[in-house]
Amino acid sequence: MTETFEKVEDIEIRLLLEALYHRYHYDFRSYAMSSLRRRLRQAREQLGFATISAMQERVLHHPDMLADMLRYLTVQVSEMFRDPTYFAAMREKVIPHLRTYPSLKVWIAGCSSGEELYSFVILFREEGLEERTIFYATDINPNALAHAEAGIYDIERIKLFTENHRESGGKGSLSDYYSTGYRRCIFDKSLRRNVVFSDHSLVTDQVFGEMQLVSCRNVMIYFDRELQDRAVGLFRDALPRHGFLGLGSKETLRFSAHAENFREFVREEKIYQRIGS
Amino acid sequence: MSDQAKGAVIIGASAGALEALTVILASLPPRYPFPIFVIVHLPPKKRSVLAEIFGRKCQLRSIEAEDKEPVEAGVIYFAPPDYHLLLEGRGQISLSNEEEVLFSRPSIDVAFESAADAWGDKLTAIVLTGANNDGAHGLAAVVRAGGKAIVQEPSGAYAQAMPQAAIRACPQAQIMTLSDISSFLQNKSQ
Ligand SMILES: C[S@@+](CC[C@H](N)C(=O)[O-])C[C@H]1O[C@@H](n2cnc3c(N)ncnc32)[C@H](O)[C@@H]1O
Repeated sequence: MTETFEKVEDIEIRLLLEALYHRYHYDFRSYAMSSLRRRLRQAREQLGFATISAMQERVLHHPDMLADMLRYLTVQVSEMFRDPTYFAAMREKVIPHLRTYPSLKVWIAGCSSGEELYSFVILFREEGLEERTIFYATDINPNALAHAEAGIYDIERIKLFTENHRESGGKGSLSDYYSTGYRRCIFDKSLRRNVVFSDHSLVTDQVFGEMQLVSCRNVMIYFDRELQDRAVGLFRDALPRHGFLGLGSKETLRFSAHAENFREFVREEKIYQRIGS
Repeated sequence: MSDQAKGAVIIGASAGALEALTVILASLPPRYPFPIFVIVHLPPKKRSVLAEIFGRKCQLRSIEAEDKEPVEAGVIYFAPPDYHLLLEGRGQISLSNEEEVLFSRPSIDVAFESAADAWGDKLTAIVLTGANNDGAHGLAAVVRAGGKAIVQEPSGAYAQAMPQAAIRACPQAQIMTLSDISSFLQNKSQ
């Protein structure tokens, strides 16, 4: 009884993902099932549906429900200078190499609401590289991208951001980069001078240029292994020899089909360097 | 793989975890026939040394899981701080930084629920000492999926709240002392 119930739910999930793909071209079909299942159960309960099939019927016929679904299907947890040691390693070990290039392109893939992007722009400004860099900030969630473009964060989060920035070896004070309004911190628009925001999916879109650095953190953990290979394949194609790839602290290329195209550059921080052709 | 069919053990612990886990894990024989997943509440910003500590104390390989880590029998997998650990079917571990659940990441509930989905009646889930009520919902999910539930006898626990909450949420759970749990797991391997 329990057994059959679980299986029905998995069938419903697969059908819902097909529906989303055919109707809206959002492709979650190869995302990691364990976390997807959990978030769709949450969606079903919190949005008040008896079954996942009922939810599917609704989202097929009501495009205005898509945003609700995306809120559950994509995980939007982020932080500025998340894992300060990652940004410290970027500053101390990667930046010296990037300095040797006259112009730079940096891709923040799966930028969510912009925290990681602003961390990099601030780091590059502090290191004197911002002027020669174009930052591409991409995501599939339009609300997250709009939030990133606005650069406005709840004032309660700023203490953590400030600590992280300091621990990452930040040179000035984070408060140099934002002004405060009513309970909010508004990041300076000059930080967006060299940023291109764009809707781009690691599942369905192609590479759009050559990058010296790609940072894609805590995005591919929501993919299954085969889909991870596709995404890492994009990064392999976007990076010339000696280009850098940074991942989240518990992500690894150890199990990747493309492992031989990269070497560990800063092992503990999951910063890789492109090798070979 | 034939490893996959035999079953799995998952353990959740919080305050007092180190001592309790030592009693249970240090006595397990080498080539234990099941994978063992361990979820312990840890401060999010610090590197965890649990896998190293138990690597020294145990006869089994002990590692901190990374995303899409393959699951093998006879290996102890610790959830890393600041990530939820989920079972991706019986063959892999997935990590996630979804929101905290009951102020916890890793969450014992999240891990137990996904383990129940993956392993069904082949799963043994154990709730040990702790000062909150994480694990209670997860343990009930394990039983619903046909798995076996064990709770550390609260009066012998360093912190009683977590085992007590688990017993309330999951009356079918078997209540055992640490040394009973230890012999139960050893016998399971024979
Ligand atoms: C947990 S957030 C990571 C935010 C940030 N990179 C960090 O580490 O703090 C994951 C992000 O990946 C995005 N995402 C999910 N699927 C994606 C895809 N196929 N292509 C690009 N971004 C995707 C989500 O919308 C979400 O904003």
